[in-house]
Formats: sequence, C-alpha cells, structure tokens
Amino acid sequence: MPSAIDRVIHQACQVILGKERQIRLAMACLLAKGHLLIEDLPGVGKTTLAHVLAKSLGLDFHRIQFTSDMLPADILGVSVFDRGSGAFKFHPGPIFSQVILADEVNRATPKAQSALLEAMEEHQVTTEGETRPLPRPFFVIATQNPSHLVGTFSLPESQLDRFLMRIQLGYPDSQAERGLLKGLERREMISTLSPTMDAPELLSFQQKVRQVHAADPLLDYVQALIQRSREAADFEHGLSPRAGLALLAGARAWALMDGRGQILPEDVQTVLPAVAGHRLNPAHGLAKVNGTELVEKLVSEVAIP
Amino acid sequence: MAANGDIGFRNTAWLIGALAMMAAPHAEHLPVWESLLCVMLVLWRLHIAHRNLSLPPRWPIILIALGTAVGVALSYGILFGREPGVALLIALVALKLMEMRTLRDAMLLVYLGYFGVLTNFFYSQSILIAIYMLATVIVTTAAMLGLNQMAGELPVRARFRFAATLLAQSVPLMLVLFVFFPRIQGPLWGLPQDAHAGLSGLTDTMTPGSISQLTLSDAVAFRVTFATPMPRPSQMYWRGPVLWNYDGRTWTQGRPTRFKAPGFQPEGEAVRYTVTLEPHNRHWLFVLDLPAELSARSRVTNDFQAIAYLPVRERMRYEAASHLQYRSGLAEAPSELQRALQLPPEFNPRGRALAQSWRLRGGSDEAVIAAALAHFREQPFVYTLTPPQLGEHAMDDFLFTVRRGFCEHYASAFVFLMRAAGIPSRVVLGYLGGEVNPVGNYLIVRQAEAHAWAEVWLAERGWVRVDPTAAVSPARIESGVAAAVPAGDPLPALARVDYRWIKQLRLRLDAVANNWNQWVLGYTPERQTRFLTRAGLNAPDWKSMTAALTIGTGALLLAFVAWTLWRLRPAVQGAVQAAYLRFCSKLARRGLPRGQAEGPRDYATRVSRARPELAQVVDAVIQLYIQLRYGTLRDEAAVAQLKRLVAAFKA
Repeated sequence: MPSAIDRVIHQACQVILGKERQIRLAMACLLAKGHLLIEDLPGVGKTTLAHVLAKSLGLDFHRIQFTSDMLPADILGVSVFDRGSGAFKFHPGPIFSQVILADEVNRATPKAQSALLEAMEEHQVTTEGETRPLPRPFFVIATQNPSHLVGTFSLPESQLDRFLMRIQLGYPDSQAERGLLKGLERREMISTLSPTMDAPELLSFQQKVRQVHAADPLLDYVQALIQRSREAADFEHGLSPRAGLALLAGARAWALMDGRGQILPEDVQTVLPAVAGHRLNPAHGLAKVNGTELVEKLVSEVAIP
Repeated sequence: MAANGDIGFRNTAWLIGALAMMAAPHAEHLPVWESLLCVMLVLWRLHIAHRNLSLPPRWPIILIALGTAVGVALSYGILFGREPGVALLIALVALKLMEMRTLRDAMLLVYLGYFGVLTNFFYSQSILIAIYMLATVIVTTAAMLGLNQMAGELPVRARFRFAATLLAQSVPLMLVLFVFFPRIQGPLWGLPQDAHAGLSGLTDTMTPGSISQLTLSDAVAFRVTFATPMPRPSQMYWRGPVLWNYDGRTWTQGRPTRFKAPGFQPEGEAVRYTVTLEPHNRHWLFVLDLPAELSARSRVTNDFQAIAYLPVRERMRYEAASHLQYRSGLAEAPSELQRALQLPPEFNPRGRALAQSWRLRGGSDEAVIAAALAHFREQPFVYTLTPPQLGEHAMDDFLFTVRRGFCEHYASAFVFLMRAAGIPSRVVLGYLGGEVNPVGNYLIVRQAEAHAWAEVWLAERGWVRVDPTAAVSPARIESGVAAAVPAGDPLPALARVDYRWIKQLRLRLDAVANNWNQWVLGYTPERQTRFLTRAGLNAPDWKSMTAALTIGTGALLLAFVAWTLWRLRPAVQGAVQAAYLRFCSKLARRGLPRGQAEGPRDYATRVSRARPELAQVVDAVIQLYIQLRYGTLRDEAAVAQLKRLVAAFKA
C-alpha cells in the first residue's frame, strides 16, 4: 500500500478502534471520488470517522446537522444585501467545504435532501441564477439512522444510488470497547491529530485509481455479477449500469490501496457488499432476510470466468 | 390441495387428450357399451377438473370397475387374451382418471398412456398406425412436460417442440435397440389364437360363392418383386390349395397331403421372384405354377402345393423360382388318378349324361375337353359376381338353367364334367395376375384377384392346366376382374376407380407400405442374423446380440454424456486460463478444489495455509497468472513459463 494512504488508515485506526475494514472502505470510496453513506445507530462513531478522515487528509471539514425544518439555503448559502457596497453578497453555506459530514440526512425533508444530493452529483451549486463550483476534492459523508426509527424521511432509491458505498459500523467488539473506555476522549484525540496527506496528494491518488487496469476477464466477471443480480429472484431490481461503474471504481481503489495496478476478482468481491448493499432491495417476501447475506449468496453463485 | 388433484385443468385436459388419442383406434373393436362408458367417464372427469369439484368417493368407482370386468368377461366369454385384455386396460385407464388425485397418479397415467400405445400394434402394424402412434407419443410427452412444469406454463408450440426434441434425441437409442434387440420367431407377445381371427384369404374348401365373396375385398394378399422379367398377368397363376374331393356341393382337399418330392420337366427359363405374403393363418405359400425352388421353411406336396411348417400368422418373405412351361405328373400313381375321378353318384344326372355323350361322340380326351370349353363358350353363359342360388343338383342347375357364375362355378363345373367323362381332373385355388406398381416396380396381388381353375391329366402330357373362365370371359384372364364383370355388379371400390390420380396415389401409398413391410416389419430373426453377420458379428446368437446391444446403448449414452460435458465445460480462454484450470484440477485431486467464486489470491492463500510447503510455488504460479490474466502482461515467454510451472507442479 502506498505509504501515505497507509499512514492515514493507521492514524484513523488509533482513534476508531476495531473498525479497520470500514475505515479502508471509506478510504477507497474517497479515492474513487465517491460519496459515502454510513448507516447506523447514534453513538457508534460515525461523526468521529468523518472527522478523523478530514483531519488526516488535511482537508477542511464542515458538519451539517440535518433537521426536519431545514431549508436548502441552510446548506447552499444565501445572498444578503450589503449596505456598504450597495449590492447583494453571497454568503456560502456549509456545502462549500472539502469534506462534508451530512449528519442524520434522513431527518430532513426531501427538499433539503435533494439540495445536498444535487450538489454531490454535479460538484457545483446553482443559487439565484449563478453557478458556483465546489472545492476539490469534494467528499460527502452522510449518515443516516436506520430507517425504521421515528421521525425519518428515508432516502428514495434514486438518491441512494448516488452514494458510491454504504457501510455500517456496528458495535465495537469487547476488546475495542475496553480500549475505548480506557482511552482519552475522542474529541481531544482528534484535535491532536496532524495531517498526513494534503489535497494535491489526494487528487493525484484519485488520478492513479483511474489508471488501474481492468482486464476483459474481470469485466466478464463484473457483468456476470450484474446479470445475476438482474435474474435472481432474490432482488426486487437488479443492479443499474451506474452501480456497475461504481463497483468497478470501488474495486479499482481497493486494488490501488493494495498496491496493485490491476483489479482482481477478490477486489470486486470485497467492495461488492458496500457498493450493492443499498442498491439491492430484497424481493417481496424476503424482507426478513439480511441484505448482506443476499449479496454474499450472489457472490457465491457466480463463477469467476 | 385442489379438488382436481394438484395438476390443474390444463394438465388434466392435456393428459386426457393424450390418453384419448391412444385409445381412439381401439374403439373399432371394443364393445360399444365400453366405448360409451369411457367417453362418459372422461367427460365427467373434464367437468370435475373444469369446475374444480371434488372427485367421487372410491366405492362407486370400485363398483364400476367390477361391473366393467364382468361386462368384459360376458362380452368376450373370457377375461384373458388379447381382446379382453385390451378392453380391460382401456376401461381401467378411464377409471384411473377418476381417482387421479396427486401428481404421482397423473404420472402413472402417463406411463399407462405409453404402454397403451403398444397395444395398438396388437391389431395393426401398418405405417399409418405407426405414424399416428408417434403423434400420440409426442402428445403424451407434451402432457408429461406440463406435469413437470408446475411453475411456468409452457405455450403449446414450445411444448410440442420440446417433446419432439426429446423424442428426436432418443432416435439413436431406438435404432440401436431395433437392430440389436434379439428377434424371436413369431410375435413378441405370445398371443392366443384369437389374434389371427378375421384374417381373410383363401380357404381349403370351395363352395359356390366362396371366392366371389373374397373378390369384394381390397386387402392385399401378397406383393411380389421379380428378379427376372415379369411374366404377363395372364400367365401368372399363383398356386394355392388343390381340391380333390367333391360331395355334390363342396370341394375339399380330401385325404391328408402327401409330401413326396414331385418331379416335373421344366421347359424354358425359370422365373425368379420374392414374395411378401400377408398373414392369412393358413399353411399355403403362393407360388407361380410350378415351383422349382423355395427359400421358406416349407415343403412342396405331390400336387405342388407349397406348405409352410407353421401357419402364416405374420408377414412372411420368401424367394422362389418357377417354370411357367412344364410337363408334370406323366407317371402319376394310379391311386392318385383314381382320386381324380371321384364323383358322388347321386347328384346331377343331366350333367353326367352330357359329358358321357361327348365321350361317346368324340372319343379322345382332348376332344372332350374341347367340347366342354365349346359348351361354355357357345351357350349363353354369363360371368358375374352375383350368381343366383343353386338347388340340390347344383351342377345341373348351373349348366342348364342359370348359366350365371363366377370362376369357382366354371372350375367346379368343368372338373365335374371331366370326371363324368372319365378324365382325371382337380380344382386349383389361387390368384391370377396382379397389379403392377410402377412406383417401386413390384406386383400387388389383392384378394380380389382370387381365382379357381382346373387341371386335367392326359396320358401323354401329364397334368395340364385348363382355365374354363377363359372360355366364358377372356377379359378376366387378360385384364382382371373389373374388366370382366358386368357394370352393375358390386366390385371392390379400388378395382373400379379409374381416375388416374387416385390410382397413382394408391400405388404410391402401397409402395410406401411395401417398403415399411420389407425394412421395418420384415426385420425377422433371419434378416437380423444376416445383417449382423454382414456387419462382422460372427454367428450371432442372443448372447452376442445382448452384448452388442449393451455396448451400443452404453456407447451412445457415453457419447451423450461426453457431449453434454463438453457443452458445459468452463469457457477456456486461451492458454493462460487452460494452464490455470490444470493447476486447479491438480490441487483439486489433492483435496483442495477451488470454489467457483473463489478468486486466485484467495485460493492461493487458502492452499498455502493448508499446505505450507507448497506456498512458494503456488505463489509463483498465482502471481504470474494474475499478471497474465488480469494485468497487462502479454508475453509469450511468460505464458510458456506459466505452463512450465504448472506442468512441473506436483501437489
């Protein structure tokens, strides 16, 4: 693994104990220029993860707490009349930042959600007839509570599709839990972190990810997986073409993090649950089945060509 | 569970359709009450399936079944044998429908349907029945497909296509079984006598009317292919039974036939031919006058009847050679000549007197014969298929009053007159002529060509054939029955039709049937032995045939399995993947098979953990494979290197 990326992950693991796999997936998502959705209960370290990544990568960081009375302007910014210059002056909203933590995104109304999601997709913001580019790199980490909790507007499928990956943190294991209880307060730890990478370095890594080679046999495999997801009776719909591109991008990033210049089937298999989990709904009548298990079944059913 | 069994209305209807197709030809010989019962049961069952009603309780079904058994026993007088057996089977199939509750019952009915198809061949093995039964098998298979396709209903065309494909795939197996399955003499199923009832043909007696009855039948008696040029129809006297005894009304064979090798002096070339004889349940084989050689298992009697060892109960093929010109019986035994003069003294005084007057007038035997033929020619005799009844003195009535008759009348009257004049003579039954089929170039002889003629014995010439019908109606001899009888007479439909295209069609169909007989039904133990010997199987007995059968079917099945495996083989893309698969199969043989969804690195890790001593070489192979397969390495040397590593690899 390139040492800079290795250092970021190492540092994050010091703060967030026992979650190396999720941290690596989050890093891969970032390197693949995708946005990340973390779905889990409050208090398992979603915010901390976002914060640690931003700080380690040397990026500026904003947190937007989504509430049910939020308006798009609260995210994007507003123009205010400046009496001194006699003109309207744009006050950028929190979206103009390199790393955004959109906390509890499913508590906001669809209108506010869509403001964020459009910015994510377009990498620019249009307000009052003027288009303003967002900084680069631009990385959104959205968190949402499990959708069955009270007071949530769950994201529609079309919007879920815009997140490259969705991960779940889950409770720490007992060893990590003990370390957490014995250690310092996390917030203090974050303030002591020093950046191990800077934005230009990150952008060059993102460029390298795009050069990772995907051979024809591997594309065959990706297509076989997508095809199977469309044919299998387990799912309501199969994977979209965008999901296929996301799968390939995630696998590229994972391969690069592994220090390789080509994707292996294993890379695809590793990122598939994170990439496909939020895009595949279990078919009717299978609601009680765990989505992750279905994706694992999908992997086991498709032979590697 | 649904009331109509789990299989649903559509499947029930399909199944019933298939079974009805199977049973339909049997309607011809089942008792009428049983056919009606079956139709009612089937309609009832369809109604139940359609309305989703529940099936009737068992006891009325059992009662109907018992009643049917009693009815069959009463109708046939017995419960065993072909006819009652088939009748019971059909009735029980219809009753089984009434208790078809589960898929298993339905499958049982499917198999009964397949079995029932065979029973139709008890009655007819014609090509039409075979084609119809093939269609039945396809429909039955299509019905079975429906039963096995519970989830998605197949559209009708796909169903038929699938069923036909299944059957087509079984054709090689069918051919192997057909060629190698040991044939046994006679029908495969040991049928009792009733199997042969109703076969038409000549009998060993002749009464006025017995042949004219037969002449109304279109049924084929036999077919002949000639190896030498075909003689003219008027020369083809197909010899059958010879009748010696006359009791005033009926001609019979008299005392048992003697098998003394008869000699005759042939004049001219022999005619060589092959006869395919339809079963007629008698011993005669029909040959041209007079037979010199005969291939069948038979003997020739002293009056030149060809007699098979066993009654002809299935289609039979034999080769024969005959001489149409001959002298025979110059040294006939006096006892035989005495037999040929026997007449009951108490009948027909006028006829006797007439014959004796010729003898007194002319003197020589030839003169008497000429006088008798002249009598038939000059008196107003009429050749007809519908002669009036004759009285007690049948010959007198015929000769002097009625003067209307068919060939049997003329033959018997002529022999009567000869005997009355003291010339030894006898009646010969057989067929005259036949219809040449230009399609396939062979001769069809039908029952309609049945004929009777006379033979007289002259001291210098021996037995001489005299056909008195020729004196009355030369057209019969030259052109056949249809040309000879008056227009109003009933005739077999086929003999009358003179539309050319119907005739053509009929001849073509007969040619197809002839090939079917020769090559399919005629595949007898003898032909099988000959064929297998030619194929290199020396002295084939049932053991070597069974071995060949087993090897043949086994080879076919293996070929099919190999083909299937080849089709399902993993798609091999070039040498790299081939080498990798070889590597995996080497490891698989050591108990470390690769999972289908296991990537190369995961596999290498697992193998190295299980067999640490292999870790180094496994890693080398996998690294190279990854570079070649998933990376950008495109180097022949690297491919060769991978091949070498895999070849040298020993798990």
